[in-house]
Amino acid sequence: MRRVIGYLLAATLLGLASCERPAAPSSTPAPTAGSPVKPTPAPSAAKLVVGFSQIGAESAWRSANTASIKDEAARRGVDLKFSDAQGDQENQVRAIRSFIQQRVDAIAFAPKTEDGWQAVLEEAHKAGIPVILTDRLVKVDNPDLYTTFIGSDFVEEGRRAAEWLAKATSGNAVIAELQGTPGSAPAIDRKKGFEAEIAKHPGMSIIKSQSGNFERAKGKEVCEAFLRSPEGPKLTALYAHNDDMALGAIQAIESAGRRPGRDILIVSIDGVRDAFQAMLDGTLNCSVECNPLLGPQLFDTIERVKRGEKVPKHIQTEEGVYDQSRVTAEVVKARRY
Amino acid sequence: MTSRDPSPRPRPLPAPVWPALGILTLIVFNALSDTLAPSGPGLLGPGAFLHVAVVDGAPAGALIDILHYGGAIAILALGMAPVIATRGVDLSVGAVMAIAAAAAARLSIAGTPGVPALAGALAVAGACGLWNGVLVVTLRLQPFVATLVLMVAGRGLAQMLTGGQILTFHDPLLEYLDQGRPGWLPMPMPFLLGAALLVLTCLATRRAPLGLLIESVGSNPEAARLSGVRAGPLVVGCYVWCAACAGLAGLIAGAGIKAADPFNTGRNAELAAIFAVVVGGTSLLGGRFSLAGAFVGGMLMQGLTTTMYARDIRSDVAPLPQALLILTICAAGAPRARALARRLAGRPRGTA
Repeated sequence: MRRVIGYLLAATLLGLASCERPAAPSSTPAPTAGSPVKPTPAPSAAKLVVGFSQIGAESAWRSANTASIKDEAARRGVDLKFSDAQGDQENQVRAIRSFIQQRVDAIAFAPKTEDGWQAVLEEAHKAGIPVILTDRLVKVDNPDLYTTFIGSDFVEEGRRAAEWLAKATSGNAVIAELQGTPGSAPAIDRKKGFEAEIAKHPGMSIIKSQSGNFERAKGKEVCEAFLRSPEGPKLTALYAHNDDMALGAIQAIESAGRRPGRDILIVSIDGVRDAFQAMLDGTLNCSVECNPLLGPQLFDTIERVKRGEKVPKHIQTEEGVYDQSRVTAEVVKARRY
Repeated sequence: MTSRDPSPRPRPLPAPVWPALGILTLIVFNALSDTLAPSGPGLLGPGAFLHVAVVDGAPAGALIDILHYGGAIAILALGMAPVIATRGVDLSVGAVMAIAAAAAARLSIAGTPGVPALAGALAVAGACGLWNGVLVVTLRLQPFVATLVLMVAGRGLAQMLTGGQILTFHDPLLEYLDQGRPGWLPMPMPFLLGAALLVLTCLATRRAPLGLLIESVGSNPEAARLSGVRAGPLVVGCYVWCAACAGLAGLIAGAGIKAADPFNTGRNAELAAIFAVVVGGTSLLGGRFSLAGAFVGGMLMQGLTTTMYARDIRSDVAPLPQALLILTICAAGAPRARALARRLAGRPRGTA
């Protein structure tokens, strides 16, 4: 028994520590007059050197985020030092320290968790290197430790989803909710924003809520359990914290003999291409965009900071709310993630 | 299943009894909760958990869900049990699931018809097993380390195959692996596949000397070698079989969502499979193994998950009751715990 536990413990730990590497090779070929990536001290002093620490490659959203940053760096001829932390905060801290040592012009990173950044950000601050957070916030006791945060407002996303649903149902809906991974910031905030908005409509209530872990397969399995329950027949709407769970739920609703998008309205968040396809097919009603293509905004901001301009503390990513009326085959084809 | 223990100690109960008791406990618990708390959360009203409706000519309900989703775990466990019997372990099954699903999706999207796409994906999975087996047998790496390599790298490979995306596919044959309900026996296809594999593997290992050979390699490799058992090919074969089973489980998982999700397919599946094998009465020390135990163990793992949904237990606390039940079953099956229980009961009788 001890050995069993040992094995399982070790496997869990290793599973947590290890992570996937992205498909793309780490080099970013410079398309213009450029020596390729090797961090040779650039003779042209004008060339911007940016260190970016990515969490890992845990989802399609993250892959699109990475691709956007690398592509934009290549397009602008920025010397990007990209580090993949393989899902480990330790690796991120290490990468940021090495960026400081290399005296990069700016550091950007997508923090894995909120806590534990104080020390390393103080070092960056002391070295006078601006730090830009992407996608998620950190908790530090001095807000000057980072220059700005570029990302979505998860609470706002949840609120917009509820707003759309309230409008589509004239404020009357019996809702099942598929939550994201327990304890994650997007799951907490998307729930919070949605609940705050539907509280304004007495005819709207969430009667079922369970985590589908942001996964398609879990979304389907949990939605099946919702539909099996005695309250199942009463459901008129489904709110999923991401598109993948909604796409799984659509299949569960279909196999239960009800029409997704008509008998049960479905609204979700992210705006991935498959969700747009589902809207075109009429099975998904609305997707609130959560844009991973931060590259252009990130390098715009870095350039502004380098010119000495003042930038706001929170830069909202450019995002829309899409429903079936706005989706055509061309829109689906143009989606890049 | 069968015990070849010649010692005078009491003959232990057949391995599948303990996980089967576990499932029974869960069913009784759910049925009681439905009856006792008709106004509480979850499936309301007496008999809600036990209720089996007929949808489109096939039974549906919480019990059927257990058979449906337990099928893939049972298949994983059937592959894992022989590997564990050779004193090995395969941590890469989750990653192999993702690889197989990704390969099938790629082939299907490229226009490959169902049967070759399926065969191709299973061949890719088998090749992963060959890699594991060669590392273990030829390079004599510890199985834990050898398969850890693929567990880590495999997900990257799966992501490469799908281009870092979730690939959606439409293929009637692949989808049938999950959605299929054959007319002659309208039960969930994953369960039927698992049951068919169980019968096949039982025949292969119990009606032929294969099972004995595997057990001999696992219980005493030196004695097996001296008796002329060629352990190498046998062990490699076990890893290939395990990976092929993982490939099939991956295809089922992919078929369930009509897409290959390289990020989440099979995540933590290795742990579920090892748990299923262990609660099914197979020792991680190698030697004797129970296929029926592994199969029922897989169903138990899903029974736990389905219970968590039915009882509306928040998923951040769900692992705790799950772990407690697994611990109880493992303890119940452990000879020392049973000896202790007998001593406490004051009757030195054999089977309980």
